Amino acid sequence: MTLIAERPAVIGHPEEHEHGRLGVLGWLTSTDHKVIGKSYMLTALAFFLLAGVMALVIRTQLAAPDSTVVSQHTFNELFTMHGSLMLYLFVGPFAFGGIANYFVPIQVGAPDMAFPRLNALSYWLYLTGGLTMVGGFLTVGGAADFGWVAYAPLSDAVNSPGAGPDMWIVALVLTGFSAIFTGVNIVTTVFYLRAPGMTMFRVPVFTWNMLVTGILILIAFPVLTAALVMLWADRHLGTHIYTVAGGGVPVLWQNLFWFFGHPEVYILALPFFGVVTDVLATFSRKPVFGYRGMIFATISIAALSTAVWAHHMFTTGTVLLPFFSLMSYLIAVPTGIKFFNWIGTMWRGSIDFTASMYFGVGFLVVFLFGGVTGIFLASPPIDFATHDTYFVIAHFHEVVFALVYGAFCALYYWWPKMFGWMLRERLGKLSFWLFFIGTWITLISWYIVGLHGMPRRIAEYSASTGWTTLNQIATAGAFVMAAGVAVFLVNVYVSWRTQVRAPGNPWDGQTLEWAAASPPVHHNFTWLPPIRSERPVWDFNHPDHTTQQVHRKEAATAPSDPAAVKTAHGQDVGEERHP
Amino acid sequence: MSSQHPGVASNRSCRRRAVLRKASVPFALLAGAVVLGGCKVPTFGAFRGATTQGHAEFKLWVGLFIAGLIVAIIVWALILWAAAAYRRKRPDQMPSQFHANIPLEIIYTVVPVIIVAVIFYFTVVTENQVDAVSRHPAERVHVLAYRWGWRFTYENGQGRPQGVTIQTTAPPRALALPATSSQYPQLVLPEGQTVRIVLDSNDVIHELYVPAFNFGRFAQPGHTNVFDFTTTRTGVFRGQCAEFCGLYHSEMLFSVRVVPPATFGQWLTTEQQRQAKQGATS
Repeated sequence: MTLIAERPAVIGHPEEHEHGRLGVLGWLTSTDHKVIGKSYMLTALAFFLLAGVMALVIRTQLAAPDSTVVSQHTFNELFTMHGSLMLYLFVGPFAFGGIANYFVPIQVGAPDMAFPRLNALSYWLYLTGGLTMVGGFLTVGGAADFGWVAYAPLSDAVNSPGAGPDMWIVALVLTGFSAIFTGVNIVTTVFYLRAPGMTMFRVPVFTWNMLVTGILILIAFPVLTAALVMLWADRHLGTHIYTVAGGGVPVLWQNLFWFFGHPEVYILALPFFGVVTDVLATFSRKPVFGYRGMIFATISIAALSTAVWAHHMFTTGTVLLPFFSLMSYLIAVPTGIKFFNWIGTMWRGSIDFTASMYFGVGFLVVFLFGGVTGIFLASPPIDFATHDTYFVIAHFHEVVFALVYGAFCALYYWWPKMFGWMLRERLGKLSFWLFFIGTWITLISWYIVGLHGMPRRIAEYSASTGWTTLNQIATAGAFVMAAGVAVFLVNVYVSWRTQVRAPGNPWDGQTLEWAAASPPVHHNFTWLPPIRSERPVWDFNHPDHTTQQVHRKEAATAPSDPAAVKTAHGQDVGEERHP
Repeated sequence: MSSQHPGVASNRSCRRRAVLRKASVPFALLAGAVVLGGCKVPTFGAFRGATTQGHAEFKLWVGLFIAGLIVAIIVWALILWAAAAYRRKRPDQMPSQFHANIPLEIIYTVVPVIIVAVIFYFTVVTENQVDAVSRHPAERVHVLAYRWGWRFTYENGQGRPQGVTIQTTAPPRALALPATSSQYPQLVLPEGQTVRIVLDSNDVIHELYVPAFNFGRFAQPGHTNVFDFTTTRTGVFRGQCAEFCGLYHSEMLFSVRVVPPATFGQWLTTEQQRQAKQGATS
């Protein structure tokens, strides 16, 4: 009884906008959010692969005691750059620069971001910053080697001299500004460019999460940028902000860094919470369960995340306040609400297990345990025992791996929309299972070896520690995960060579991007369905199965007004949105 | 098209109550586990703690781990059940479009708040035990961490130097030996007595970490950390710098040897004499 067949074909916007501006010049000068979004995603994936290769080298080094695969100096560079690339250049930019850039304007029915040129500047700052950071490897002293957190005074000019660390600092200032500009763009777009009828409580959960992420970026990133400028001043201008010698306070760096760093965790996570929410709803053929609760949970997580930074600093002995422990625990409450909402969305649904859905459910399963071990670490005594061990490594890798599931979930879900051709489902599922099995093999051995006292960031260990077997298992798991990623690349290549054209709405999607063509035309829409709920495309395609109708039936009033259904069909509403 | 009629609705709410009743059993178990935590339960991979402080942490760990595992298993079960039970059977299958359930949403907000309150209470109690410092420690050891070694200076309970200093003797050599190797210093502690550790760094941040004591604390320039170890059994335990401190971070090892108080006294006297002689000759 679906009405997809009755939907009028979406007719492309006049193509002359795009013709003649394709090719390298078109790419370089484009201010189209879709082009910039795809550039962001591609660049971020390149950094992801590079950082992944570094991870494999690190794992190879640690697979044996007294290992000399790489020198200690190289090892220190590798884990620093692995963390920096993954966190600063992959997860965040992929989400807020890539997916959000592409889909936030489309989900709210806008033709582009609010500030298209600022958007282009964001991307070029990001690319420049990223290349600057990686460029550290080309300097005489090598890349930065003080860990991705760059604790002072290890990161000062005495303990970490050279151009590599300087390039790392400058790179973060550049990508920090890029993030801030993107944050401004997302927030403004959601507040000001929503289509008629798209009230705030009809905005899809993904876009809601991106709005909150944008606000968090504006809260957190300026603090990091300021902290970095001060670090630079310490290194080059003779200030003593973080050095004891001149009356400075080293722990100030940690306070500033984690004031950025913990909101940053949610800047990375919230977008993927949103992705998974949309994906679960689409493939369950149901509305998001507890939509408003979901949004309030997102806002509470963001608010709490600005008051938990010192849980990274329990072992410093300078902040032993139970306050930070309580705030950290409390984040479990809105996160729990989200979990139950996700389960409720699937509950009694009609779940289509596509590759995207596999990664969505995989995200839930993996993120859950990452969250539970996070609860343990929010307890200062347990943190004293496990801080800076592989237990912590396992905890936050589990969280970040979950975000990688979110990224794959988004890619499989939106790939047809972005490129106009489908990815292969079977290869997608194979990629999922490899990645999933590898994840648990690695993580479980890390949790255990961490509890056995193996500290993080050590280049070598003696066989007398008894950590060898667990490390070998972890390394095997890492290679299984790498195989999963390789299958994804194969999938992209195979699907690209023999293309299966994607229809406008291959998944029976619910939100506005599925009313656009695949890929969307320049300025996205030639036509919009009426927006009566948070899933206008669903309402249009399934007028007999809208949530409003559920309300009506539950209220046991007269059978639904046929006129209302008629209007839901009406294409006249919102047609001439962008004359 | 959704086939809703009153009978279905009441049937469903009945089933929902049954689910809730079933869910309350593990929560009762959880409460019991937290109370009993640490008696004769498995360690779940952790050290039992060779100090009173470390053992307090261990008990908290066991309680939290059981609670966390129960919550995780319930939620995992719900996720996997939903994913498995509601697979699409026919291409045109159209589920009911329900999208909220206020009582249920209130329950799954309030229950986690209660769990948080309980674990926060136990956290604060344990943290106070772990962080407590005795007013009359039997011994004080001033620990200086530096790149890449340790210096342990013994003082008596009143803070008077006792002329004993144990220090890393050799420079790093790009190879991590067993922590008990003579390359690395050994911190000797009397069993059953409270020893005050005064921890400092003179360059970058380090972390004094003894896995068997379930305890690590940063050594920071410009900030002295003070804490107590009350050891509960003899033995040799490995220790290591856990906070990344630069090139030879992996070789910043040491060990802790806990001996009976009488043996400790003998060791201290022998060391005093040996180091006094050494000081006189050099």
